[in-house]
Amino acid sequence: MIDAGSPAPLLPASLPPASLPPASLPPASIPVVREHALGLLYQMLLIRRFEEKSAELYTLGKIRGFLHLYIGEEAVAVGAMQALTMDDGIVATYREHGQALARGIPAGALMAEMYGKANGCSRGRGGSMHFFDVARRFYGGHAIVGGGLPVAVGLALADRMQGRPRVTACFFGDGAVAEGEFHESLNLAALWRLPVLFLCENNLYAMGTALERHQAQPDLTLKAQGYAVPSEAVDGMDVLAVEEATRRAAAGVRRGDGPFLLEFRTYRFRAHSMADPELYRAKEEVEQWKSRDPISFFMGRLRSWRLLDDADLGAIETRVAGQVDEAVRFAEAGPWEPLEDLTRDVYTPVQP
Amino acid sequence: MIKMTYREAVRSALREALRSDSLVFLMGEDVGRYGGCFKVSHGLLEEFGPERVRDTPLSESTFLGAGIGAALGGMRPIVEIMTVNFSLLAMDQIVNNAATLRHMSGGQLSVPLVVRMATGAGRQVAAQHSHSLEGWYAHIPGIKVVAPATPADARGLLLAALRDPDPVFVFEHSALYGMDGEVDEGAAPEEIGRALVRRPGDAVSLITYGGCVGKVLQAADQLAADGIAVEVLDLRSLRPLDTPAVLASVAKTHRAVIVDEGWRTCSFAAEVSAQIMEGAFYSLDAPVGRVCSAEVPMPYAKHMEDAALPQVAAIVGAVRETLGPHG
Repeated sequence: MIDAGSPAPLLPASLPPASLPPASLPPASIPVVREHALGLLYQMLLIRRFEEKSAELYTLGKIRGFLHLYIGEEAVAVGAMQALTMDDGIVATYREHGQALARGIPAGALMAEMYGKANGCSRGRGGSMHFFDVARRFYGGHAIVGGGLPVAVGLALADRMQGRPRVTACFFGDGAVAEGEFHESLNLAALWRLPVLFLCENNLYAMGTALERHQAQPDLTLKAQGYAVPSEAVDGMDVLAVEEATRRAAAGVRRGDGPFLLEFRTYRFRAHSMADPELYRAKEEVEQWKSRDPISFFMGRLRSWRLLDDADLGAIETRVAGQVDEAVRFAEAGPWEPLEDLTRDVYTPVQP
Repeated sequence: MIKMTYREAVRSALREALRSDSLVFLMGEDVGRYGGCFKVSHGLLEEFGPERVRDTPLSESTFLGAGIGAALGGMRPIVEIMTVNFSLLAMDQIVNNAATLRHMSGGQLSVPLVVRMATGAGRQVAAQHSHSLEGWYAHIPGIKVVAPATPADARGLLLAALRDPDPVFVFEHSALYGMDGEVDEGAAPEEIGRALVRRPGDAVSLITYGGCVGKVLQAADQLAADGIAVEVLDLRSLRPLDTPAVLASVAKTHRAVIVDEGWRTCSFAAEVSAQIMEGAFYSLDAPVGRVCSAEVPMPYAKHMEDAALPQVAAIVGAVRETLGPHG
């Protein structure tokens, strides 16, 4: 848990969106409990290694279709998820491996889903882009940009109408901000004061179109203000900053203050998908952002605070590797859904 | 049984649902203070309050998507889209979310959402307000599509939609709202997916639904005067389609004409025709006929609009053609 007396420092909201965020200054005192910090590191490393393995399996043909990797953005999912309870709802995008792992969906169920196996979290019907786990209130995995926002608004409406003190967290990218559904959803959520936490992962590219090439106003926090939705920009490469800002925003949403928008300024280190030759951005830019890798940045901090040593890191890496190996084993061993089930679950079976 | 209009029958079902289930709510453009674009929800805001009769901003995609989310969250939303024409703005939510979420989640989710909208032409409101796109919707697996043709069905099919665990789209032809009919307010909900013989006969099967049922019954009257007893089959539900009822009628009459207000090319009539060809080919004594709308955006001028739409004379003509010179 974050020590409430010494919150992690945040970046100023005026950070120019297209530039590399400067590393936050180290705080005067250590802001985290060691166990919590190591938990954050474990989750970020699990996402990183899980995705590295996924990319490898893609080249081997074990995973097909679209595969969008989250590498570079791990601090956002892991930090934000700390602010949510298991009663809260989550709506995510097609780049949702990080959110799903951080939510606690077993890595094996996710890997099996990407294999297309019946023991996948969506029975192999969704693949990489459509992870669902209703028991964990994880409502996808939406692959139409912007399409998840109205659903999140509706989930929040249901909570409001049934008097449940829940938050619905809706992840989306900077590309979604150009879609009409973003604007309609912020307006409706604000108009009805619904408990939606809008979490924008601004990785500076809508597929291959840079932010300044798709937004006349590239400061995305200003869009929210137009709908009377309070907003804040956060250094998305700093897991503690993400956690701290999300906890604060979620508390207000849960209290009934209405929706809040957080813009996490982050960066995708890998290509948009496995088919992307990355002609639209300079290698130097990618390298510059990699120098702010959220995992090595956080590890450096933890070492400087003497919360992490080589033995700790080794233990975490071993545990992560075991999880990833086990996930692959689970997927490999999983059954294929029988062909007779092809049209199953198009409609809900009705009990006579 | 009491006499009421189609509009009143829809309202009666809405009121019954809002009274009997606290999870039911209605949302859409101008459903509250205005009382509904077609006055269907008139008085419901006063009776049930603004939490359960919700006026929305003009944002079809988002309030339909919010209906999906609310359904996932345990509510029983009824979304009114003023007319099918505006539903095109919500197509992403309908096709990519409402229809897919159950399947794509491996059966973890159901979307118990009811969407009502007015459809059809005939009121001189020109090309952007006159679509009959229920056939498009019927193309999509994962949703159900009904088109009530009478006040009793307007009530009974809406109540059935509210009992269904999946998304049901109810198409109310705008020309029907003022139509009178007998309604039993104590009757059980209808069954989605069951066609109804509106008029028995043995000469030709006239197969139709929604706003064309009245015209087809008029055509049947004219033909009866000439001794031609046509059977009128009201499909009521386009998805699921009551194929056994269609085939049973054709097996009896050996001839079929399908009447559909959609454009002829790729129309719902084309689907019914294909089903007959696949399932009743050897019963047929003549090619299946179709009476559909002309392939033009709907014109404003009345004489042109009338010419573009299926009319009684064209239906009578199609039946005679199917019967041939000796019919």
